[in-house]
Parts: sequence; C-alpha cells; structure tokens
Amino acid sequence: MVQIDKFAGELGLKQLTTIEKLDTDVKDGCVCDLLSWVMARGEEGMAWITVQTHLNVIAVACLHDFACVIIPESIEVPQATLDKANEEGMMVFSSDKTAYRLCCEMCKLGIGVG
Amino acid sequence: MLYAREYDVKKDDFAAAGEVSARIKRKLKQIGIDASLIRKIAIASYEAEINMIIHSYGGVMSIELDEDNIIIKCVDTGPGIPDIELAMKEGYSTAPQSIREMGFGAGMGLANINKNSDNMEITSSPEGTTITMKFSF
Repeated sequence: MVQIDKFAGELGLKQLTTIEKLDTDVKDGCVCDLLSWVMARGEEGMAWITVQTHLNVIAVACLHDFACVIIPESIEVPQATLDKANEEGMMVFSSDKTAYRLCCEMCKLGIGVG
Repeated sequence: MLYAREYDVKKDDFAAAGEVSARIKRKLKQIGIDASLIRKIAIASYEAEINMIIHSYGGVMSIELDEDNIIIKCVDTGPGIPDIELAMKEGYSTAPQSIREMGFGAGMGLANINKNSDNMEITSSPEGTTITMKFSF
C-alpha cells in the first residue's frame, strides 16, 4: 500500500484533475480496457491503467472506489471526462510511459505483490 | 417498505451512464449497508443500467429496500431479448462495434448481474424486458 502522492511521484505521473486527496492509498493495480471486466473484478483502492478516456471510465472507477485512473502514453483525455472526475472526486493521472512500464514500476513499489 | 425510489434511464445516454448506479450506491452507503453488499449491488446495477442504455429503448430502474432484501428492478420498453439463455452466456454480445470500442459489449453484463445477485429474474418480449435482482441481507 502506497500513499497517492508518493505513488504519483515515484511513477512520474502528471495529475490531470485538480483534486487533492492525499489520504488516498493505492492498494493494488489493474490494467484493462474492457469496462465490464473491470466492473467484475475491480477492488477498492486500485490504481486503474486504461487507454479508455470517455466518461464511463470515471463512473466505473467511482463505483469501485478506485484510488485513481492512469492514462498511459500521453493519450489525450477529453475535458468532459476530467470535469466529471473533478466533480466525483476521482483523480486522473497521465503518463508518457506504456501501461506495461507503469505496471513494472508499480510492482517495484510493492503494489499488488504478495 | 423502508425505502423506494425510481430513476429514468434513457437510450444511448452514455454521458449519464452509471449515474443511477452511483446514486443507488450513495444511498446505500448513507443507510449503512455493508460495504461488500454495496459492491455487489453496484456491479449488478451498473451492468443493468448500461444494458438498458445500449440495448433498450429506455425505461425505469427502481430500488426497493425492506427489512430483509434490496430489490433492483429494470423495466424497459423494448425491443426485448430474443434468446435469454444465449444472452446469459458469458462472452455473448450483440453490441455494435462502436460500443465495443468504448470497452463495453464484452458479453459479461447479464452474467455479472447473475453472479452478484442472490436471485435474478428476466422476462422479455418485444414490448420490453424486466430484470429483477434481489439481494438479501
């Protein structure tokens, strides 16, 4: 389990939302672009890496109380999605790294290991 | 009846998709329902809501809460599910390509509802489909 500010710092993530939720802990990770799959298997506190950037990503993340959403490879996120995320209190981060690389770095932080 | 509420769900309204489920989740949290039960209800109600938006002409989702159960009912106005048994199979989907590109249409919706509810009933005709999900305390 890693606190969100340390997590974002270690992975070099850029926050696209304007929320400060420093009490959030990242407990596990999830990388998947099928929303039903994530809906079926998601757990509270996960950092979710996805290339999907539409509004429903925020809905799924909120329903599961995920720690955050990470959009890899600097994929552009529509403003409507970020507005929704700000409104719902879901942090969205961007990274120029691939989903695979982000997973490797999350593993090194001990997230979802053991 | 301790609590009852109805919500409209509109066809193709992807911008609002998940809002009914989010409201239901918030209400259950306020009431103090156990977190693991809320999680099951959130998954099932989200899948049902998305199904209504993608596949139906729209309808009404309702929640009823009594001393023993939470019942979520989705009543749409058509066009119906031609083969319910097939639709229940994990991986089977009739969602168009545009919907699949959004990450929906994995064919897990009804299967997820069935797995997460204690009891699920579907009736369907071209005039509409009714899905009733029951969750027991």
